[in-house]
Amino acid sequence: MKSLVPANVLNVAHIRADFPILEREVRPGVQVVYLDSTATSQKPWQVIEAMDRFYRESNANIHRGIHLLAEESTAMYEAARVKIAQLINAPSARQVIFTRNTTEAINLVAYSWGRANLHAGDVVILTEMEHHSNLVPWYMLAAELELRLEFIPVTPQGMLDLEKYRQLLKLSPRLVAFTHMSNVLGTVNPAAEIIHLAHLTEAIVVVDGAQSVPHFPVDVQALDLDFLAFSGHKMCGPTGIGVLYGRKSLLDAMPPFLGGGDMIKKVSLRSFTPNELPHKFEAGTPAIAEAIGFGAAVDYLQGIGLESIAAHEQEIISYALERLEEIPGVMVYGPTAEYKGGVASFTLAGVHAHDVAQILDADGVAVRAGHHCAMPLHEKFQLNATTRASFYLYNTVEEVDKLVHAIYRVKKIFRT
Amino acid sequence: MDDLYRELIIDRYQNPLYRGMLEPNDITFEDANPLCGDELRIDLRVDVNGLVREAAFSGHGCAISQASADLLLESILGKSLDEVRNITKEDILEMLGIELGPVRLKCALLSLKVLKAGVYGLGEADDNLVE
Repeated sequence: MKSLVPANVLNVAHIRADFPILEREVRPGVQVVYLDSTATSQKPWQVIEAMDRFYRESNANIHRGIHLLAEESTAMYEAARVKIAQLINAPSARQVIFTRNTTEAINLVAYSWGRANLHAGDVVILTEMEHHSNLVPWYMLAAELELRLEFIPVTPQGMLDLEKYRQLLKLSPRLVAFTHMSNVLGTVNPAAEIIHLAHLTEAIVVVDGAQSVPHFPVDVQALDLDFLAFSGHKMCGPTGIGVLYGRKSLLDAMPPFLGGGDMIKKVSLRSFTPNELPHKFEAGTPAIAEAIGFGAAVDYLQGIGLESIAAHEQEIISYALERLEEIPGVMVYGPTAEYKGGVASFTLAGVHAHDVAQILDADGVAVRAGHHCAMPLHEKFQLNATTRASFYLYNTVEEVDKLVHAIYRVKKIFRT
Repeated sequence: MDDLYRELIIDRYQNPLYRGMLEPNDITFEDANPLCGDELRIDLRVDVNGLVREAAFSGHGCAISQASADLLLESILGKSLDEVRNITKEDILEMLGIELGPVRLKCALLSLKVLKAGVYGLGEADDNLVE
């Protein structure tokens, strides 16, 4: 059946009906206005039901059982991997490794690829806008191996300084690790260009896709990616499941990360042979129900279309920036709407971010306050904390209006 | 909400009475709340009888943490260090006159934690000080 709605316009009312939590009244008569999807997204019933059904009907441990339930569970777990591989256009589902989250995926690269390939004095390039998850693993590795860390600076407009990046590349880095989209500024970085330039110097590239994969199409082959890390819970899936995608030649050559069951082909009394991809990196019983839920989330997002989701978010963020910037005392950080995703981090003069968030909460408006796990970025902009409103497929312009209305209430209470 | 942001708290946040630094001082300590990035330093001057004569706080934070620091310092002037050691979480909440959830409780108790760590002469502040 052909829809009468143009391809790029979401039917947000229909979408909202899929998310039971959006009906929730956080206090009597006050419905939640959920503007914290950058921290974690809400889940549609399709995902909740897929996990529920798994536990009610199929639950068994995977990969070795011969009974029907084990075979069914294994098939469902592996089907989820295939769905995720298709989402990011991975050449093979074997290159999709399940981890706990983005953080664990990046740590896997640092511990396994990093320890095997990096040596004292090697240069690693990061950026000033990274989440702690793409900083601290490299700090730890740098301390252990005596690596030299360099940072692509962030411009006052909240963009990466690519001129400085080109200069840093003259140091012949072994690794470049950067976020595809900033979780604070919302900046969508020019990944194709950054990766292309890194490859010219033969550096390996790690992309933190925690904020990009949920919000717009990411094609690992078109981007010529080496490693991509992302989390299920930020894209309508459950917590506790994430993915590391890796180039096959790199993954094949890497030593295992965690040791234990499932990651081995053969174990004798004093030695072991690692299993093939992806099992080599999946020691122990994985988060089976969560992987299946993640698969259902990918089905859900694909059914709507990531391009349509991106277009919808672009509309919301444009409106939000316009409305926020007209409030006296509000300062929004990051680039203009065309260069960013659905994230608006702001300060309100004379009021701490915690107090803003607390008063917004009284109106049911759920936002984040603090440094959003990006302390170096806040230092750069000389900020202690910001308030962050972030948007996803289920948010509406009416919710932006509620946010703005609530900010005026903060101003009244603080007499600013 | 209007209870949480009572007149007293907004007043003390915007016009604190004990903001500043004391140099030299007898006791100084600073700590941060890693959850929100709040930082707080407290300086004390103690007289020969071991009573708090002057107190000041510096740093930055939300209205709850700043107002609680201001009210706390006001309450310890003239008190002995032993009395300061005996101040509890409940005393702070009584001073603020509000009820707080677990997240904002940390904001309210940061000043007491810093004060006690300083008075006990500890190297590091510890949540157990305000439990």
